[in-house]
Amino acid sequence: MRAWLQHHRLSFAQTLARLAGAPFATLLNTLAIGAALALPLGGYCLLVNLEPLSRNLSAEPELSVFLASDAAKSDATAIEAQLKATAGVSGVRFVGRDAALAELKRTPGMAEVIATLRQNPLPDAFVVTLAGTDAALSDRLEQQFKTLPKVSHVQADSAWVKRLDALLRLGRATVALLGVLLGLVLVAVTFNTIRLQILTQNDEIELCRLIGATRAYIRRPFFYLGSLLGLLGGLAAIALALGTIAWINRDLAQLGVLFGSEFRLQFLSLREMAAALAGALTLGWIGAYMSVSEHLREIEPS
Amino acid sequence: MAAISFSQVSKRYPGGFEALKGISFAVESGEMLFLTGHSGAGKTTLLKLIAAIERANAGTVLVNGQNVSAMRPAAIPYLRRNLGLVFQGQKLLYDRNVFDNVMLPLIVTGQPYREAAKRTRAALDKVGLLQREKANPVMLSGGEQQRLCVARAVVNRPSIVIADEPTASLDAAYAEEIMAMFGAFNQVGVTVLVATHDQQLIAKWRKRVLTLDHGRLV
Repeated sequence: MRAWLQHHRLSFAQTLARLAGAPFATLLNTLAIGAALALPLGGYCLLVNLEPLSRNLSAEPELSVFLASDAAKSDATAIEAQLKATAGVSGVRFVGRDAALAELKRTPGMAEVIATLRQNPLPDAFVVTLAGTDAALSDRLEQQFKTLPKVSHVQADSAWVKRLDALLRLGRATVALLGVLLGLVLVAVTFNTIRLQILTQNDEIELCRLIGATRAYIRRPFFYLGSLLGLLGGLAAIALALGTIAWINRDLAQLGVLFGSEFRLQFLSLREMAAALAGALTLGWIGAYMSVSEHLREIEPS
Repeated sequence: MAAISFSQVSKRYPGGFEALKGISFAVESGEMLFLTGHSGAGKTTLLKLIAAIERANAGTVLVNGQNVSAMRPAAIPYLRRNLGLVFQGQKLLYDRNVFDNVMLPLIVTGQPYREAAKRTRAALDKVGLLQREKANPVMLSGGEQQRLCVARAVVNRPSIVIADEPTASLDAAYAEEIMAMFGAFNQVGVTVLVATHDQQLIAKWRKRVLTLDHGRLV
């Protein structure tokens, strides 16, 4: 047990010394891994920021229910009652055809056009505010309202919400795919780094096996090396992503002054950063494991 | 109990070359003996079978009562810790000094550092290299390098020392010195098996000699 601890300490110290001994190679490896991981990390960060944004904007989805032009006052009253009684509806506002026309007349240039009309072309309408934000509810109510008597047309204002939702889904899929691909890059970088390290230590490894080193003893320093490379790469990735977001936020601040917006990108939480580092470390370890399994067999005496 | 015993051992390398053909012999514990024969006779192969660096195709190799020819790979390191090997190619590490080269077998087997350092100095003292412990092996003479190999082989206090051509590249005086060291280890009970083609050396030491000829004992 003491011997085991001693060797762990020794392996770790040797690995640190090895990384410090070749600072340029270490730096380049760290940057390669860091750049690879910064992309999915930054993408994830953007998504995390956009998601509440889409929720805020679609907080009050509305349906516009237009009545048929021959609908009588009594029809409108009946429909209003039905709309209000529907589950999932939080508010109903009546927009009479005369009020709508008056509103339209206030739009510059429209007064002249309207004056040429012999009668008011606008129908009575209800603006229905929905209780929930999900697209399914909006779709269901849209279909339901269309079947009401004397309703000629229902327009959902949630179409763009759906589009944003689809875009975010696409974004999530892209980030996940990037994460997988660039995670593979990390594995490949550590795999090759450790392959080179094994080749340069060929003599030492062979000798150690001949004087009674166990396989675990030979592998241990390489696992440390792979994990440390992953960890350093993860730190570099977080630094790169942090730098990029700080940069974007500076531009957003200037935009904010112009548009009166306070919007800023939030960086990852400590827990998310810890998870990213743990992930990078694990991937480095996997690369080391694969490399060691592949290459130590070659120097095994018979 | 025999320290090493071979019975009907054959070794054929991939490609068909038969290095050893039906070898049988036993080495008593505490014995010192020579293994000789022309080059290519199978000396190195025989030594490799003892340390499980190669595996026999037929027959049984016993070392300290353990069946090496049927040993699990995971058990091999523990077999080797009980053997002191002096390799033909020396296999010194030139990225570290004399002291660290000798201490390596102790580190590999997980000895506490303080104890390992003490035993390393003792081994270096025995081969007369204590003054050179900080030197890089490159800076040593041929004879000193070979003494370094001997120190590394015995630092773990093995019960069996196996040397493959330990005097091959040395002049007579240095060769004498190395052999005297092996003799001293044998005096304290270590089993010593030296492979050499130096007939003068063999004649002088008057120990049992195993002679290989084209893979057979004669």
